[in-house]
Amino acid sequence: MIDLELVLDNLPLYLRGTWTTLWLTFASLAIGLLLAVPLGLARTSRNPLINGPVWAYTYFFRGTPLLVQLFMIYYGASQFELVRTSFLWPLLSQAWFCALLAFTLNTAAYTAEILRGAIQATPPGEIEAARALGMSRFMVLRRIVLPSAFRRALPAYGNEMIFMLHGSAVASTVTIVDLTGAARIVNSRYYSPYEAFLTAAVFYLILTFAIVGLVKLLERRWYAHLRPRRA
Amino acid sequence: MLDLKGYGPSILEGAVLTVEAALAGLLLATFFGLLGALAKLAPAAPLRLLAGAYTTLIRGVPDLVLMLLVFFGGQMLVNDLSARMGWEHVDVGPFTAGVLTLGFIYGAYMAETFRGAILALPKGQLEAGRAFGMSPLLLFRRILLPQMLRHALPGFGNNWLVLLKATALLSVIGLDDMVRKAALAAGATRQPFTFYFAVALVFLALTSVSSLLLALAERWARRGEARPA
Repeated sequence: MIDLELVLDNLPLYLRGTWTTLWLTFASLAIGLLLAVPLGLARTSRNPLINGPVWAYTYFFRGTPLLVQLFMIYYGASQFELVRTSFLWPLLSQAWFCALLAFTLNTAAYTAEILRGAIQATPPGEIEAARALGMSRFMVLRRIVLPSAFRRALPAYGNEMIFMLHGSAVASTVTIVDLTGAARIVNSRYYSPYEAFLTAAVFYLILTFAIVGLVKLLERRWYAHLRPRRA
Repeated sequence: MLDLKGYGPSILEGAVLTVEAALAGLLLATFFGLLGALAKLAPAAPLRLLAGAYTTLIRGVPDLVLMLLVFFGGQMLVNDLSARMGWEHVDVGPFTAGVLTLGFIYGAYMAETFRGAILALPKGQLEAGRAFGMSPLLLFRRILLPQMLRHALPGFGNNWLVLLKATALLSVIGLDDMVRKAALAAGATRQPFTFYFAVALVFLALTSVSSLLLALAERWARRGEARPA
């Protein structure tokens, strides 16, 4: 029933698509994480001028579909004369850049909220102890708050990584040939939806399991101190 | 504010379709989720294996890929079937394919949520019900369902919010939802940002209202719990 030869013939296309999916996903995850640290910290601020705008940003990006965010950037940017004449236009007229931008802004919003929760869950005693030792506020952040917040955020962040991997499939709607894009090409070329999409599904499953394994490995390292002592 | 150039009613029409698809998907997902959760906790090993495969495989693949698979593959299956049975041509259509896929995908997430909620029940309550001679159905209706509700609601709410946003993907398989309406309006007026932004605002309103209602529902479901003074 399944035509394996068709799948094998198109394997190079799928592999190239996998590469595109991988770099888009991990580039946006990496940049998003870098943005999320200051944003998450801002969300724990008691100053409404700092907290408010970041809250609005995360609220918007978590409350709307990634597809619509991507369309707003990819199709929407050209609406404004100011954008079209700016130095950013060579970038914003490219599908890959719009996808990267949309994915980064999206994951930064989710990750900022994950980090906010993790930061707020810091035991107050740890901060008091650090202050009592004479650490500056920045040092408390760097040595105490952030390391333990990252540790607490890891399980939720693992889910966010998988969410982003799966979310990146919408890149195929703006002409990018990612894994889903490759499958759509194969489907339209041979009209064989099972071969086309099941192959992509298997690739995504492998990538998902790889991320799950990676997070497990990190958990073992970061939670080493919580493991029962070997007899 | 936002000048929709007379396309407002069209977008609103699409929004109604989006909500309809999402609600129908939710209903189906709840059904699949309950089945999946019960199968995951069943004494029979093959059932557990099947349910385990369902939740693991579905949650490992992007919803867009599954939608495309059901939309194109499902139509092919129906064509083959109707040709073999001598039926007339049946068109699956984006709404049916979309709702089926949404229900099937989010059923897997719901199954995990419901499984956790059922496991959170004190075992003694089920045993007590059984000791009173309740049939499995009565036990489910009187003990399991009302009790698991409060444990399941937070996860259920999250799944609903993700599902609601996933309905935007149905425009990719050709459903005339609000994203597609916005695309048409954007093409005609050359103001794509305005229309996609309007759609984003409608989604934001829908998710905001949902969150509010869910918070109320959670408070209602927890009304029997002890509150710290």
